[in-house]
Amino acid sequence: MGGKHGFGRVPPLTQEPPFAEPWEGKAFALALLSIRAAGANTPAFRYALERVPPADYLASYYHRWLIASQIMLADSGVLSTEQVTARAARLSGADAAEPDPPELNKPQMPSGGPGNLRTLETPPAFAVGDRVRTADLHTAGHTRLPGYVRRRTGTVTAIRPAAIFPDSAAQFAGENPQHCYAVEFDSRELWGAGAEPFSLSIDLYEPYLERVT
Amino acid sequence: MTTAADDIDPVLRAEALASLLIERGLVDEAVMNNFIKTYEQSVGPMNGAKVVARAWTDPDYRERLLADGTGAIAELGFKGPQGEHIVVLENTPGVHNVVVCTLCSCYPWPVLGLPPSWYKDPSYRSRIVREPRAVLAEFGLELGEDVTIRVFDSSSEVRYMVLPLRPAGTEGLSEEELAALVTRDAMVGVAQVAAP
Repeated sequence: MGGKHGFGRVPPLTQEPPFAEPWEGKAFALALLSIRAAGANTPAFRYALERVPPADYLASYYHRWLIASQIMLADSGVLSTEQVTARAARLSGADAAEPDPPELNKPQMPSGGPGNLRTLETPPAFAVGDRVRTADLHTAGHTRLPGYVRRRTGTVTAIRPAAIFPDSAAQFAGENPQHCYAVEFDSRELWGAGAEPFSLSIDLYEPYLERVT
Repeated sequence: MTTAADDIDPVLRAEALASLLIERGLVDEAVMNNFIKTYEQSVGPMNGAKVVARAWTDPDYRERLLADGTGAIAELGFKGPQGEHIVVLENTPGVHNVVVCTLCSCYPWPVLGLPPSWYKDPSYRSRIVREPRAVLAEFGLELGEDVTIRVFDSSSEVRYMVLPLRPAGTEGLSEEELAALVTRDAMVGVAQVAAP
């Protein structure tokens, strides 16, 4: 959403409980447990969130977590959308027939261990102080290169731990671990000469970056 | 299910998903309830506040915290999901740090708990990386023109927490009293810690 217009003023800084209503807590826990049940991973969950229909996405945070869980579970053949619809109808008193579960299609991506951080034997391609330019990537699936920093030049300010590559892992194409860098951009590089002065730091995986010579 | 969603309301959808997963043995109801309880009661900004108060009172700890956030935070017993690698950003009189996740809602759960509504709001996510000074002013934080603003977009597995400035007039306070002053908003960087 970085840089998009039209969302208006920021809401007030309110004190609030973690879950406004009991179903939100359930949605939170179910999402985490659905990642396991679907044999998925956190990038796959984020990719499912990105595939929630836009109106639903914007309507409610924890409702989109539920819809994303459903997408993930359907992708893995654990639960079909029709099953959820039928169960919801039955729970509201309708006499709906419950369909059989779909054919299981859980991803079989080998795991390099717990968590998402990994150790790489190859050295990082970039060093602190290097000038880098973000690639002109237009990934069809999931990516962690936001549009607003694409094709921009910045400076590497830190080397972050290597991690599984979300663009690959989200679609179960392998962990494909990559080096990761904190890259700092001047606000004018991102938003033009009239921008407020500030610096923007973002963590970018090596395949997103090209050396500036 | 990538087409327009049905019109099931969230309460019913949560019930439907929970009942289907539980009866298939894919979700243990006790585990589900324990997750909810943990994030309602044990994991929240009170954890981060303890980290900040320790850093304000123990210079060696502060140094470790800024060099290795994850390790120093674990010293106080805080670790877990969304905390694999935590970097602590130090505010100074001349530098103000603020954290966002423009792509989703990445947030350092072990120290701050789950993110508040405003952090997940499209307005915050879209605007803080474009006009942070204006957004901070809307939140009520007016920073001097001489203060450099650094915005951190949490796009990888790294999670960020801000170490706010210790307010003046707190020299005599204990670590516990200091922790009580520290707010969630200050640890994300949209507010400062007020003097008592």
